Amino acid sequence: MTPLTPTSSDRAGPAATVDLAPLRRAARPRALEFAFWLLPVAAWFLFPENLALLTQIAITAIFALSLDLVLGYAGIVTLGHAAFFGVGAYAAGMLSAKLGIGDPLLGLVFAAAVSALAGAITSPFVLRGTGLTRLMVTIGIGMMLFEAANKANDFTGGVDGLQGIEMTPLLGLWSFDLWGKTAYVYAVAVLFVVFLVARHVVGSPFGLSLRAIHMNAARMPALGVSVDARLTAAWIAAAAIAGIAGALLTQTTQFVSIDVLGFGRSAEILLILILGGAGRLYGALVGAIVFVTLHHLLADVDPEYWQLWIGLVLIGIVLFARNGLMGVVDPFERLLARKETKR
Amino acid sequence: MTPPVLETRDLVKTFGGFTATDGVSLSIAKGARHALIGPNGAGKTTLVNLLTGFLTPTSGSVLLDGADVTGLAQHKRVARGLARTFQINRLFADLTVLESVALAVAEQMGVGRRFWRPIGRHGEVLDAAARLVEDLHLADVAHRRTRDLAYGKQRLIEIALALAARPRVLLLDEPAAGVPTSESRELFAALAALPADMTILLIEHDMDLVFRFADRISVLVSGAVLLEDTPEVVAGHPLVREVYLGEAHHV
Repeated sequence: MTPLTPTSSDRAGPAATVDLAPLRRAARPRALEFAFWLLPVAAWFLFPENLALLTQIAITAIFALSLDLVLGYAGIVTLGHAAFFGVGAYAAGMLSAKLGIGDPLLGLVFAAAVSALAGAITSPFVLRGTGLTRLMVTIGIGMMLFEAANKANDFTGGVDGLQGIEMTPLLGLWSFDLWGKTAYVYAVAVLFVVFLVARHVVGSPFGLSLRAIHMNAARMPALGVSVDARLTAAWIAAAAIAGIAGALLTQTTQFVSIDVLGFGRSAEILLILILGGAGRLYGALVGAIVFVTLHHLLADVDPEYWQLWIGLVLIGIVLFARNGLMGVVDPFERLLARKETKR
Repeated sequence: MTPPVLETRDLVKTFGGFTATDGVSLSIAKGARHALIGPNGAGKTTLVNLLTGFLTPTSGSVLLDGADVTGLAQHKRVARGLARTFQINRLFADLTVLESVALAVAEQMGVGRRFWRPIGRHGEVLDAAARLVEDLHLADVAHRRTRDLAYGKQRLIEIALALAARPRVLLLDEPAAGVPTSESRELFAALAALPADMTILLIEHDMDLVFRFADRISVLVSGAVLLEDTPEVVAGHPLVREVYLGEAHHV
């Protein structure tokens, strides 16, 4: 028996060098991404009559991106995400209706801050449990906020909604017009900025640690990571982004309905993300485009039973594209990656 | 004698009425190659979990460099230089080998909380990760996903992740478990190449590996230390021969 000592030279030849290019390349935008972001520009010219609908898509996409951060990346399953959307919507609404501050960008920042605070307050409760316990807590938080908004009638307008919201022109230059042109450009610009931020975050060491927590949280402390601290940060960031989406809805419609806090909205955004594909950012965007468009078209064709049809379509898509619509590109991506590594 | 790097004093852990760890006092010197052996259910993994902070002891204390760390959270012990591998792989199935190691390196370098600059532009992280990947003979599979690799390769990732923490004390929980003989050569080479000043506590069923690797062996039976001595003495001990070495070759 030969002893295994540190001085033993039992090593297999000279070490091969590791090609770092694939990791370096991962951060760079791809040609297809540039093409994707031409879509909102094209839509402006192709569907000038439907800017309000397109604005809805952009807002929904921001909300879905927020959910993708916590669910797709960090792996926190939530059915109460509308809580932060709603907090943002009311924050932006009250800033104008109660305090008379109608600057849209200021409203966004304010809404993001209030939602982030709501995220910070709720995070210990949500992160305490795991799996189903966590899911129950998120539903509970959503329901409590809904009832609180309902009860605080004088303040929120209850089921009648919050009225008297007026927006000053965007950057003091563009007022919100009847055709929704300003609203559309505004919403798309905010979506783009939020997307860029999210793209940076998920590609960073922090983002990598979120994905790792999703895959194997139990291993992380052994790498020196406090899982709770990371998840709290992700939860608060996602809350702020959801708040921005809610604020955009308020500002572009100049009204807050209590539905912004509804359970239906939480369920719907989860559906949208799964439909598009979780954990890839573009899944959130594609899911929002497809869902809101389908919703619109089907409601036109069959105003009474559109939900039946949308249910059927969704089941069909999910059955045939297990990882969501964007999951369809996976095999091609892997093939491409292998080719590039081999070169 | 130099003061011990890792020490336990009368460590006890009970689960309900069952005593998994029964008054264990260990003292491991700097640079030691200390092995912990014992039959199944002797409490070896429980002891590792107490050392790393995954479990809190019922009584007794754990000392790292003479400082009491009994109440310290796992991730804080890692920051103090105590790393471990797991008996059953705990890896990141969808990450590539290089991504997994880069993740661990980023945490060691304290940049794991950075949320803006892409991981691919953290040159110092990538370089250190690449070096570890090479050292552990993983260079040829660096860009493969963990889930697609053979078990032997995955065991090497386990070790790479622990080494990324730049530990002064490394706890190896059955590193050879489940590795077929055909793949064990690389694993043994990786263990042999560990720096001499790194203190290592090895828990292992493979007696061949234990006697080649260790300069000190503790035998754990029913949660308590039966004896602690050099490999020669332990190998010659009648009880050890009976309960342990006899079955070593089936494991």
